[in-house]
Amino acid sequence: MTLWLMAGLLFTPLAWAVLTLLTDFRWGRLVTWAGILVQILVSLGLWLTVAEGGGFYYGLGGWDAPLGIELRVDGLAVTFVLLTAVVASACGWHAGVYIDPEKPWHRYFWPLFWFLWAGLNAVWLGGDLFNLYVGLELISLSAVGLVALGGKAGALRASIRYLLAALLGSLAYLLGVALIYGQFGTLSIAGVSFWLAEHPTPTGSGLALALMVAGLALKTALFPLHQWLPPAHGIAKSPVSALLSALVVKASFYVAARLWLEFGESIGNLAVAQLLGLLGSGAVVWGSWLACRQQQLKQVVAYSSVAQIGYLFLLFPLTFSVSEAVSLQAQQGITLQVISHALAKAAMFLAAGNLILSVGSNRVDALAGVSRFLPFSLFSFSLAGVSLMSLPPTGGFAAKWLLLQASLGSGQWWWVGVLLAGGLLSATYVFRIFRASLRENPETDQFYHPARSLEVIPMILALLALGLGLMSDQVLTVMALPFEEEGAP
Amino acid sequence: MSAPLLYSLAGAVLFGAGLFGLLRLSHLLRKLLAFNIMGSGVFLVMVGLPQHQGGPDPVPQALVLTGIVVAIAATALAVVLIRRYYHLSGMTTLDEVPDHREGDQG
Amino acid sequence: MIGLVRTVAIALGCFALFCGLAISIWNIAGHPTPVNLPQLLANNLDRSGVDHPVTAVLLNFRSYDTLLEIGVLVIAGIAGISMAKTASLEDQELRTSDSLLYALQRWFLPLMLVLAGYLLWAGAHRPGGAFQAGAVLAATGLLMRLGGIPMDFLRPGLLLRLGLGLGFSVFLVVAVASAIGGNAFLAYPPSMTKTLILIIESVLTLSIAMVLLALFVSAPVNNAEDPEEGASS
Repeated sequence: MTLWLMAGLLFTPLAWAVLTLLTDFRWGRLVTWAGILVQILVSLGLWLTVAEGGGFYYGLGGWDAPLGIELRVDGLAVTFVLLTAVVASACGWHAGVYIDPEKPWHRYFWPLFWFLWAGLNAVWLGGDLFNLYVGLELISLSAVGLVALGGKAGALRASIRYLLAALLGSLAYLLGVALIYGQFGTLSIAGVSFWLAEHPTPTGSGLALALMVAGLALKTALFPLHQWLPPAHGIAKSPVSALLSALVVKASFYVAARLWLEFGESIGNLAVAQLLGLLGSGAVVWGSWLACRQQQLKQVVAYSSVAQIGYLFLLFPLTFSVSEAVSLQAQQGITLQVISHALAKAAMFLAAGNLILSVGSNRVDALAGVSRFLPFSLFSFSLAGVSLMSLPPTGGFAAKWLLLQASLGSGQWWWVGVLLAGGLLSATYVFRIFRASLRENPETDQFYHPARSLEVIPMILALLALGLGLMSDQVLTVMALPFEEEGAP
Repeated sequence: MSAPLLYSLAGAVLFGAGLFGLLRLSHLLRKLLAFNIMGSGVFLVMVGLPQHQGGPDPVPQALVLTGIVVAIAATALAVVLIRRYYHLSGMTTLDEVPDHREGDQG
Repeated sequence: MIGLVRTVAIALGCFALFCGLAISIWNIAGHPTPVNLPQLLANNLDRSGVDHPVTAVLLNFRSYDTLLEIGVLVIAGIAGISMAKTASLEDQELRTSDSLLYALQRWFLPLMLVLAGYLLWAGAHRPGGAFQAGAVLAATGLLMRLGGIPMDFLRPGLLLRLGLGLGFSVFLVVAVASAIGGNAFLAYPPSMTKTLILIIESVLTLSIAMVLLALFVSAPVNNAEDPEEGASS
C-alpha cells in the first residue's frame, strides 16, 4: 500500500507531465483534472497512513542510505504534501478556466505545471542533500518557464532575473553540499545528523551550512535578497503567481529549515541565528512598507509575500539553544504560518486575477467601482487579507500567537515588536486596496464578469485559511508525530 | 599539497571569480558565462575534495555528471530567454532603460 | 566613482569568500570521512548490473536523481519551444550552403553517429554513457542543420514533443513496471538489470539529443506575443 502511495506522489506528476506534453490545451485540461483527483486521493492516503502509523524512511530503488536515496516521510512532510495538493489543485482548476486556450503556446502550461508539482513533492519528502538540489532545480526551471510563458519583454526580463537568482542560490547550496560530502562522506541528512549527535563538531563545516542557508535564503527571497521576487510574481499570470507565492518560495525555505533543525544545534551559532531573525524582521517591515506604496495591484500582493516570508525566518533564532518546549512551539508556529500564508496568498492572487480581468487594468486606482460588480471576489480578497493581518480566528492568528509565546518563552522579547508591527502594516495595505475598490466611479460601468468557478476557487482557499485557526490542533498533532523506531538509520 | 587538494582549491578560485563576474558584469551573456565558471568551480570542489584520501570516488563523479546536465539545461534555457528578450526589447542587460543597444539583431 | 567603490567592495567580498572556502577545504581535507562510500559501493557493484561504478550510481543506486535530471532537461526543452511561436523551428536565414561544409559533412556525419553509438555502448564498463552519446548526437544534428539538410521533425508538432518525452517516459514506465513486479520503485529485477539499463540508456540518448537540438534551434524569430494581464488593449 505504502509503495503505491509513494508511487502516486512521486511518479504520477511526472507521468502527467509527459501526457499533457502530447495534448493540446483543452485535452490537457481534462487530463490534468483527472490527475488532480489522483493526487488529492494519494496525498490524503499518505497523510492518513502517517497519522495512524507514524513517519518512516523509504529507500528508493531498494537501496538504503548512504548508497541510495532515502525519502523521509514524516508528519511535517505529509502535511506539506497535502497542502500542495490543495493549493495546486485550486490553481490548476483556476488556470483551466482562466488561461486562454486559443493561444497555441499555452499548451505548454500543463507539462510545466506538473513538473513543478513533481519537484515540490520531491522536495517535501527528500532526505538526501543532492536529491534536494535536483528537486529545487526542477522547481526553479519550471517556475521560470511558467513566468516566461508567452510573455513580453517585461515578463522575460523578470524571468531572466528570477532564473539568475535561482541559479546563484542553487550553486551556493551545491557548494555547501560538496563540502558536507567531503567532510562526512555521505549525502543523507539523517546520516550526517546522526554522526553529529555523537561526535564533536568538526572544523570547517560551519561554512558549508552557511553557504547552503545563504543560497536557500536567496531562493526564498529573504530581505535584502528579495528584488527578484516582486517583478516575477507580479507579472506572471494569476494562477502562476499564486503557485509561486504559495508553494515555490516555501520549498527552499523548507529545505533551509530542515537543515537548520538537524545541523543547527551543533554547527550553527547564535550570531547567524540572530542575523537571520533580524533580516526576517527587516523583510516584514520593508516589504509591508513597499506594499503600501505600489501602484499595481499584483505588485502589492507580491511585496506582501516578501513581508510574510520574513516571519518564517524567525524560526532560526527561536529554535537555537532554547528549551525543547519553546523550540517545538516555534516550529509549530512557523508551520502554521507557512500553511496559512500559502492558502491566503493563493486566494489573494487568484482573486486579484479576477479583479484585474474584470476592470481590465492592473492599477490599484482603476479598481474604483469594482465592489458593485464583483463583490464576491473582493470578499475573497479581503478574507485572505484578514488572515494576513492575523486577526482571530484565522490561521495567521494561531501562527503569530504561537510565535509570540515562543519569543517570550525564550526571552527573546524583541521579536514581539516585529510580530505586532507586521500585523498593523499588513492591515494598511489590505485596507488601501479596499478603499480603492469601494470608491464609486460613475464614468465607467463597463465591467467584464469572470466565470462563476473563477470566483468560487479563491473563496474556498480563503475560507480554508480562515478555518485553519479553528482546526490548528489536528494539523499540529499530525505534524509532530514521532518516527517509527526501526526505520531510523 | 596533494593533487586533489589543488583541484578543490582551484575550484574555490573559480567560484570566487565567477561570483564576482555574476555580480559585477551587466551583459546577460557574460553573467551566464560567469555562472558557468562558478558551476565548474563547484564541480571541481565536489570531485576533488572527497579524493584527498581514498583515491577516486565514483559517487561524486556521478553527482557531477547530473549537475552538469542540470547546468546545461539551465544555461540553454537562459540563452533562449535572453535571445527572445533581445529580440523583443533590443537590450542585453536587465536595466530598465536601453543603454546597451547593439547594432542589428543577428 | 560609485561604480569603482562597488567593484572594489564586490571584489573584496568574493576574495573573502574564497579565503573562507580555502580554509574550510584545508580543514576538511585534514580529517578522514566517517562513512566510506566508495568501499560500500564496491561491495554492492556486482548487484547493480553494470561494471562501471559511475554508471551504476547514475542508473541504479541513485536512479531517482537521474530521472529528475532528465525531467529538468525536458523542462528546459519545453520552455524553449514555448518561446518559438512559429510553425517550424527551422530558420532559413541561418542555413548555409557551403561546399566545404558539405564535403566535411559527408565524412563527419557517419563518423559522429558511430561515435555516439560507441559512447553509448561503452558506458557499461568505461567512461561514456547516455549523456555523452546524446551530446554527440545533438552535435551531429546541429551540423546537419547548419549544412542545410532539411529536418522536418524540428517543428513544434507532436513528433518533436514525442521525441522530447520519449526517454523520460520509458524510464518512468520501467520504474512503475518494477513496482508491479513486487519490488520497490526503480528496483530492477536482477535478471533483467543489464537489458533494462541498456534500453533506458538508448532512449535517453535520443531524448537528450532531441532536447539539446530543440533548444539550439528554438530561436525566437517572430513577434507573436501574449498581452500582459490587465494591459489595456
